[in-house]
Amino acid sequence: MTADTLPGEEDGVDRGILPQGFTPLDPRFRRLLRIRAAIRSLVLLLAAGTAENLADLAGFVLVGPALVLAFVMVMLLPGRQYASRGYRLEQDGLRTVRGVWRHSDITVPLGRVQHIDVTQKPLERANDLATLVLHTAGTDNASVVLEGLSHDDAIVLRDEVRAGMREIMR
Amino acid sequence: MNPPAPRVTEPRRTDPRSFVVQAIAALRLGLVPAVALIVSRSGDDEFVAIASAMAIAGIAISAVFSFIAWWQTTYVVADGEIRVTRNLLSRHVRSVPYDRIQDVALTQTALPRLFGLVALTFETGAGEGDDLTLSYLSLAEGERLRAGVRDRSGHVSSGQAAESEEDHPPLYAMSPRRVLLLGLFNFSLVIFGAAAAFIAQYDEFLPFDPWDVEDWERRLAGPGAWLAQLGLLAQVIGLAGLLVILALLGVATGIVRTALREWGFRLDRTPRGLRRRRGLVSRTDVTVPVRRVQAVVRGTGAVRRRWGWYDLSLVSLAGDAGAAHHQIAPLATRGEVLALGQEVGVDTAGDGGGWHRLSPAAAYAAGAGRIAVWLFFALVAIASQRLSAAGGFLGGPLPVVLLVAIGLWRSLRLTASMLLTRYRIDREFYHVRTGWLAPLLIIGWREKLQTVEVSRSPLARRLGYADLTVGIAGMPLTLRGIEHTAAQRLRRDLLEAMGRRDFSAVN
Repeated sequence: MTADTLPGEEDGVDRGILPQGFTPLDPRFRRLLRIRAAIRSLVLLLAAGTAENLADLAGFVLVGPALVLAFVMVMLLPGRQYASRGYRLEQDGLRTVRGVWRHSDITVPLGRVQHIDVTQKPLERANDLATLVLHTAGTDNASVVLEGLSHDDAIVLRDEVRAGMREIMR
Repeated sequence: MNPPAPRVTEPRRTDPRSFVVQAIAALRLGLVPAVALIVSRSGDDEFVAIASAMAIAGIAISAVFSFIAWWQTTYVVADGEIRVTRNLLSRHVRSVPYDRIQDVALTQTALPRLFGLVALTFETGAGEGDDLTLSYLSLAEGERLRAGVRDRSGHVSSGQAAESEEDHPPLYAMSPRRVLLLGLFNFSLVIFGAAAAFIAQYDEFLPFDPWDVEDWERRLAGPGAWLAQLGLLAQVIGLAGLLVILALLGVATGIVRTALREWGFRLDRTPRGLRRRRGLVSRTDVTVPVRRVQAVVRGTGAVRRRWGWYDLSLVSLAGDAGAAHHQIAPLATRGEVLALGQEVGVDTAGDGGGWHRLSPAAAYAAGAGRIAVWLFFALVAIASQRLSAAGGFLGGPLPVVLLVAIGLWRSLRLTASMLLTRYRIDREFYHVRTGWLAPLLIIGWREKLQTVEVSRSPLARRLGYADLTVGIAGMPLTLRGIEHTAAQRLRRDLLEAMGRRDFSAVN
């Protein structure tokens, strides 16, 4: 409830593991990340294969590394990405943490939210997931995007943010 | 008491004629060329038949899409907010609270006007300028919504205040002499860049190939050889003459460009804010409401700084056709800058105690990273030289030397700038001093910040520093490489000040 650090919390942000007290994203989001990565890998593999053919290169010169990259993207990364992300509604505002390579920790005070989007792209729709976007007037972090919420959670969180905004405006 | 807000509790669609307008608007782009094409080939019956069928199919598809888009877009006005839902392949719901609406604009373009329709835009001042637009509504519905929302949101712009400040002396003005001096500081060889770009663009129209080095050598062989015979002194005199001509052209360019922009510069205090007028050929007149000022930036130049000249800009929430920075003094003394700062309630001295520095490890790491990138470019250049066996300029050592030199300079500049960066957070303001040859001083209100982010790269984690990024309406600001515990403390302090009052209360 407080803005103060819980034991081990900042450590967690540093290790790319969700710190204590943060709400993890919907588990279905891991699957969504994996599907997205699979689509990207497929495009990558096709491009590598085509380039190899066109340039008359030896087999697997390009496809080999692309396969390794695809394995990392599809099998290893989504789990780590999912584990690194989460959010918490604090006294100070909505705080989101994310990042496997570069860790980031963004807080949007509710009194600085300009408007709120809840969006569902087709893939998200199929998995009953949604994305919450908080728009601020700032140049950096003009829209803080929180992906991977279940649609119901996104609506609840949006209404909580709205309620918090009203409280501060009063 | 405010009149009751217009309530639209059931999801409502925009006016049914909207989709007709949108379909026509979508068609208009393709219709004229299509008709022209069909008419031009009117002899060819088969072509006309196929083209007409395709055009009709295009119209039908466009109409269907417009209809679906219209059908699936609904809005609700209730609970102090406007909510628009778009439900096509993806689902998109945007909620805008009344209190965030800065202005409501009714716009009527030619085509919707024929149908008596208006587009209603709710401007919120959100960073990227993606506001909420309802297109289209009947004029009556548009006006009803606008009136209601305006009354509820409270701070929507009223009419222009009487402007009688001509009697008062300006806060700051530029004499022709001052404009001339600024023109000298704005010495610029950009005209040669422009000429080179022009030649590159139109070289096929020139009577010779400007990129053919051998041709130049041949052309210079005659007079050049004659020049060489005149001996060293004449060559030196010739070179000096060339430099003088270059310098004169640079000075002239600077003065002309500066005079065009800054002639008759005048800044006044009006009831609505600070009013700036300037310009020789096209005069602009901009008023910045003081309440909307987010930060103040004091700049200078590598040369003008030696004589104590600064410039001062306001970073404002009020949009000025894309430009977020409003320069309120292009060339001012330290005293003038201090006085102008006081007009908006900010101390622009930039001295005193309590300044902190960035982690030196971060500065050196950033510099090393910068040079590494350029060394990589240089390696790529060497490799491609080996592979392609290019001749002339590209094949010589010069490109590689150039890449390394640019990298060294960039790296030196970045490291020096980070080592010289200082920040200070006091009760009301944050101050950041950064830059090496032409330092900047940024001062802003803590409670006008929008977001706070702490981020760390793997290297930053290893070396114990972090980057602190704050959201300012109108400019980016990241303090790269603050000691990690200090960054965490700053994060909490800043957020605490921001949480106390709402956006609408501080702007």
